[in-house]
Amino acid sequence: MHKLLINSPGEKMLLLGNEAIARGALEAGLAFATCYPGTPSSEIPEQFFTISRESDLYFEYSANEKVALEVAAGAAIAGLRTMVTMKHVGMNVAADPMMTLAYTGVKGGMVIVNADDPSLFSSQNEQDNRIYSRISSLPMLEPTNTQEMKDWTVAAFDISEELGLPVILRTTTRLAHIRGPVTLGTMRPRQLKSVFKKDPSHYVCVPAVSRKLHRELLEKKERACHMAEKSPFNEIIGNGELGIAANGVSFNYVKDAIADLGIEDRTSVLKLGFSYPMPKQLCVRFLRNCRSVLVVEELEPVIETELRAIAQKEKIDVVIMGKGVGGLSQLYEYDPRMVREALAQFCGMEWKGRELLKISGFPDLPPRPPTLCPGCPHRATFYAVGQVYPEDAIHATDIGCYALGAMPPLSIGDMSICMGSSVSSACGFSRATDQKVAAFIGDSTFFHSGITGLINAVHNNHKFTLVIMDNGTTAMTGHQPHPGVDPDAMNINRKQVSIEAVVRACGVEDVHVVKPFHVKKTIEALRASMEYDGISVVISEEICPLFAKSVGKARKARPFYVDKDLCKNHRDCIMYLACPAMYLEGEQVEINKDLCIGCSVCAQVCPENAIKPLKS
Amino acid sequence: MDIKRCVFVGVGGQGNLLASNLLGQAALDMGIPVVVSEIHGMAQRGGVVESAVLMGGAKSPIVSNGEADVVVSFEPLETLRILSRCSKKTLVITNAQPLPPFTVAVGQGEYPPVDRILEKIRMKVEKVIALHGNELAEKAGNVLSLNMVMLGALIGSGATPVTEEVMKKTIGKSTKKAFLESNLKAFDLGKEAGRKLAKN
Repeated sequence: MHKLLINSPGEKMLLLGNEAIARGALEAGLAFATCYPGTPSSEIPEQFFTISRESDLYFEYSANEKVALEVAAGAAIAGLRTMVTMKHVGMNVAADPMMTLAYTGVKGGMVIVNADDPSLFSSQNEQDNRIYSRISSLPMLEPTNTQEMKDWTVAAFDISEELGLPVILRTTTRLAHIRGPVTLGTMRPRQLKSVFKKDPSHYVCVPAVSRKLHRELLEKKERACHMAEKSPFNEIIGNGELGIAANGVSFNYVKDAIADLGIEDRTSVLKLGFSYPMPKQLCVRFLRNCRSVLVVEELEPVIETELRAIAQKEKIDVVIMGKGVGGLSQLYEYDPRMVREALAQFCGMEWKGRELLKISGFPDLPPRPPTLCPGCPHRATFYAVGQVYPEDAIHATDIGCYALGAMPPLSIGDMSICMGSSVSSACGFSRATDQKVAAFIGDSTFFHSGITGLINAVHNNHKFTLVIMDNGTTAMTGHQPHPGVDPDAMNINRKQVSIEAVVRACGVEDVHVVKPFHVKKTIEALRASMEYDGISVVISEEICPLFAKSVGKARKARPFYVDKDLCKNHRDCIMYLACPAMYLEGEQVEINKDLCIGCSVCAQVCPENAIKPLKS
Repeated sequence: MDIKRCVFVGVGGQGNLLASNLLGQAALDMGIPVVVSEIHGMAQRGGVVESAVLMGGAKSPIVSNGEADVVVSFEPLETLRILSRCSKKTLVITNAQPLPPFTVAVGQGEYPPVDRILEKIRMKVEKVIALHGNELAEKAGNVLSLNMVMLGALIGSGATPVTEEVMKKTIGKSTKKAFLESNLKAFDLGKEAGRKLAKN
């Protein structure tokens, strides 16, 4: 039995933040879950994926976040308890349905889990999605530790059903990926089927309906505000006249800093857990009791701005500070020392932490950036691209492992902003310049949001090559399935959608399917497609070696070695491919046989044919 | 109870996340308040992977510069890189066997001699335990058990409130049978090395 299904209330488990959210959803009787994976949210649906195989929970990896939310919306309006998970930029994709789903509302509880990524550990930006609750009017909960992540998820379903609105549960990377103790609660039974009752005046959002629904939404928001006032997730801790307001992970830094500085008696802390709508009366009480207030919140000054507005409206004479105090800024995540120093400054205290080591004068250390794995097929494709395209060619790339191809020595990648942008931005590049243009997109990203751009390229007669790097899985986020995966390999009961068939159906006439480990043929196909007068697609098919290993389909190839009698030390292999299985022993290139998976690309690149398979 | 802040650092694939996870589980089993933080995602593709275990009631899940009580590093270059987390008083437990980053092979930098690395570390912090972790792992019969060696060294050093007995029980509960013997042996070898070197 999956550990999150164990019905033993009171038991204490060490859970990952994301596991705690999944457990909370299960305790709340979750019946239906969808997502498109995205770090740092991916471990939540991972639990549902496994659990759905051994229980009657319905779970699907949807094609993208918009689809995931819409699928769940149908189920929630029909009356089921649903959860949709996404990373912060995924909410941009889901924003379209979310804004109007707020108007229709839901019957069954719906929790939308949103994971922000301050400091950009695995993302293209660090936008603050608390703003989304402000433009959608959807209530937001922001837990501060693993126990709350579990408990508040359960509560989020109840709040959602009470208001008839989806509730956003917001975490950040630091909460999603902490492990902490969680005391389990009781599992409620799940309701698996419902009957949809027709009500077009509530669910068909034509203008006449939506005008009325917007009014209803504002009434619901008013009720949500009353709930936030009374919610135990919001509280004022302490009675001092130095006020500190905090949310999410920052609340922990504040708690520790107050203990470290010994200022419990001088401070009062406003903890905002049910953070939208803001509990105005509670804020007023907090502000009236304080001489000055410091807001400790990562990213945008959301609480800071809203507290100022409340103070102005209520004519409360209090100084409100936040961004700009000590190291508190709109950039990156906070840390305990930074918050302690800001609090000390705010309280007018001298604080000397442990002395920092002086480590200037250290030599420049060789960097260790993330790289494409040994035997990664993307490396082979990028090598071939580098052989074909001129230096000034424009390479529009996308979101996935292959974004690492932008780093030297492969250096294929000139622009990447969001999922699917490779295809559409290539349309613009090819019109605006006379340079050769190629776009690069992964299989999962192609299904997520590349297809529309491709149809656009065909219809508008754009001229470039789209390279679809099909490694048979959603690799970067941890090998989740997508519509193109081989269902047998993953032992899932799903239909496979052929990328080639989709590409041809979009109207692309020049289509090449290559195996990137056949270097010469791949180069030939890329050259032909580059010279084609119109939109051309190259599908580069080779399974991700990590995924292959995890599903028992690893290559049965022998690792390679460098024959020193033949090697003339051109170093084309190591300098052009940068495969981590290769290293220099003195001046000689060697191959680590434990890392090499036998893709043979280096052997094909070597001008002396000095790289050969090991004899077993 | 004093707060103990332990930072683990390694290279993607070395298994430091499992080590910090097990330490956290053992602490929980002993009733010690604990929070663990990890890095997932892009960094795991051959990059530097950091995790932290905070015992004794800290609410914050991460460790700021200068505030680590113990650093357990699986790779000497990464020990040097993470030294900013240390103060003079920090105990540094480091593997002394390098795993050079790929950038060295393509000429984007030079890997400093390990002796120099250790010398630099010893100049900055008072207590350093340096051991040949990979060698010990190999001796235990499983090259992948470096994480057990390092965990053993940490427990052997006595720097945390987690006892050997509980730690071993936790390892036993979460290790596949085929690897259990070599993992426990690796733990013991690390523990002996840690205990001996902590005295010096």
